[in-house]
Amino acid sequence: MLLLAVSIVVSLSIGSAGISVRDVWGILIHQLPWLADEPVDYSPGEVAIVTQVRLSRVLLAVLVGACLALAGTGFQGVLRNPLADPYTLGVASGCSVGAAFIILFGLQAALGMWTIPLVAFCTGTVTLLGVFWLSRNKGVMQIETLILSGVIIQSFLGAFVSFMVSMSESVVNQILFWLMGSLAMRSWDNMYMLMPFLAVGFPLLLVYGQSLNLFVLGERHAAHLGIRVERTKLIVLISSTLLTAAAVSVSGVIGFVGLVVPHLIRLLVGPDYRLITPLSAIGGGVFVLWADTLARNVLSPKEIPLGVVTALIGAPFFAYLLHRRKLKQGGSL
Amino acid sequence: MIEARGIVQSVEGRPVLNNLSCSFQKGRMYGIIGPNGVGKSTLLHLLSGVEQPKQGEVLLNGRSIYSFPRKQLARQMAVLQQSGLPPVGFSVREVVSMGRYPFQNWLGNEEHDSETTIDEALTAMGLRELEHRKMDQLSGGERQRVALAKLMAQEPSIILLDEPTTYLDIGFQVQLLDTVRAWQRERKLTVIAVLHDLNLASLYCDELVVLHRGTVAAAGTPQAVLTSALIEQVYETVTAVIEHPLTGTPQIMLQPNSNK
Repeated sequence: MLLLAVSIVVSLSIGSAGISVRDVWGILIHQLPWLADEPVDYSPGEVAIVTQVRLSRVLLAVLVGACLALAGTGFQGVLRNPLADPYTLGVASGCSVGAAFIILFGLQAALGMWTIPLVAFCTGTVTLLGVFWLSRNKGVMQIETLILSGVIIQSFLGAFVSFMVSMSESVVNQILFWLMGSLAMRSWDNMYMLMPFLAVGFPLLLVYGQSLNLFVLGERHAAHLGIRVERTKLIVLISSTLLTAAAVSVSGVIGFVGLVVPHLIRLLVGPDYRLITPLSAIGGGVFVLWADTLARNVLSPKEIPLGVVTALIGAPFFAYLLHRRKLKQGGSL
Repeated sequence: MIEARGIVQSVEGRPVLNNLSCSFQKGRMYGIIGPNGVGKSTLLHLLSGVEQPKQGEVLLNGRSIYSFPRKQLARQMAVLQQSGLPPVGFSVREVVSMGRYPFQNWLGNEEHDSETTIDEALTAMGLRELEHRKMDQLSGGERQRVALAKLMAQEPSIILLDEPTTYLDIGFQVQLLDTVRAWQRERKLTVIAVLHDLNLASLYCDELVVLHRGTVAAAGTPQAVLTSALIEQVYETVTAVIEHPLTGTPQIMLQPNSNK
């Protein structure tokens, strides 16, 4: 929590516009309603950058990170698969297909601002079902097969998104945006869009924390202890897919957040999902915030796509997990 | 009391149980025996209420077992699986306290303090020294003891055991069944155990249920059931049955065919 607060403060303070740290905070404090009457000496441009661009972006990064990390926690818990994550399962790509389709054909108006996340959720769910169907062998899902299916579906859908985007007028940036993820050019509206999804998904996953703990012992053990296994699986998978859809709708596909964060949290606090779930939400926020701060500052004023940063960190981590799993084959991670 | 009526069930398309009926009285220890693949574990699985049979019904105290909410059922019935507990990162105490799940509300709180129940279960299984150890640092036998302690913490009145002694050496086999038997007598529990070893079944069970060709071939006390003739009919091998020198229960002596 403290780490999150510190990260927000630092990230707010740095940026390409060259506003001094003092001015950033002057502007922000000035926004507080009870101080608004004091005289101002900041240019409207600076004020706009801080409140409209930077503050919204920082908060959005935190929320997107929380969504993705929570989704990863849910997938890992219910599938008992340490390599599961919205990205490796292909769900994120599935969501992006729906979202890209809506945007490119200009269908946003149908249901107002909820069109994109809802369609993304539908295509994400279909993708998840497809991945399960591909990987199921006589009713058993092998951990590696599941991930392999996810990767196959993900590259297929990724190609599909690229194809759709190449057909549109404004190309290169958008391709990067959807395939590599970015938080550039987002606004407060995006954040309002994200909020309800988080408000539904987060408490649900919290309530099911103890159930996920029992899942660790195996589905049958969980059933014998009085858990409605199918219902729990359904609710956790749907919550996780919802969170993924919301995150993808505002930021494109940002990989590996849901993989890395719950694992680091698990290393820190142990296997109890009642702790992992809330801490992953915070950790995910911190992780994406730092990744995004790097993304917009390292080559400033140029931006690196956010997904590039998370993949540079996440892919080696994924390889490490795979390697460790190979070492203790047969044991669970 | 648990009762199975006219059960028909297939596993992966192969018919296993065919019009099977049997009943289990409160406060007694039952052994389900029979050759490989006869459907012993399938029957136990059906009795646990997790799966429904194709035909027939399972009644718990006269009411269909599938009509119970899962948590309510778990407060009455606990199951020890053949596979045992996996080597997870939870500590022994954490796993044993998971046995309290059926008594918790959706916030994870319990009406009464359960710590003493958990302590008792740990003590009964001799796990007090290991309680803070992680499951993945334990041996198979130790994990089986944790599984049993978790069962005790669940405070059931009916216990189903699926080949609980399969992966244990004879010392642990006797220790485990001694514990179960003592606990069963003390709390007047109903125990239904699938057992591979006929001699252990004979030593520990009040009654045996012999499965053969998808149905019950014989049921009754070990003395009544374990006869040379029945064993030859069911297992297709000739054996000698003698009395145990201390307990008087029937014990099976295997006979190699080359010795005739």
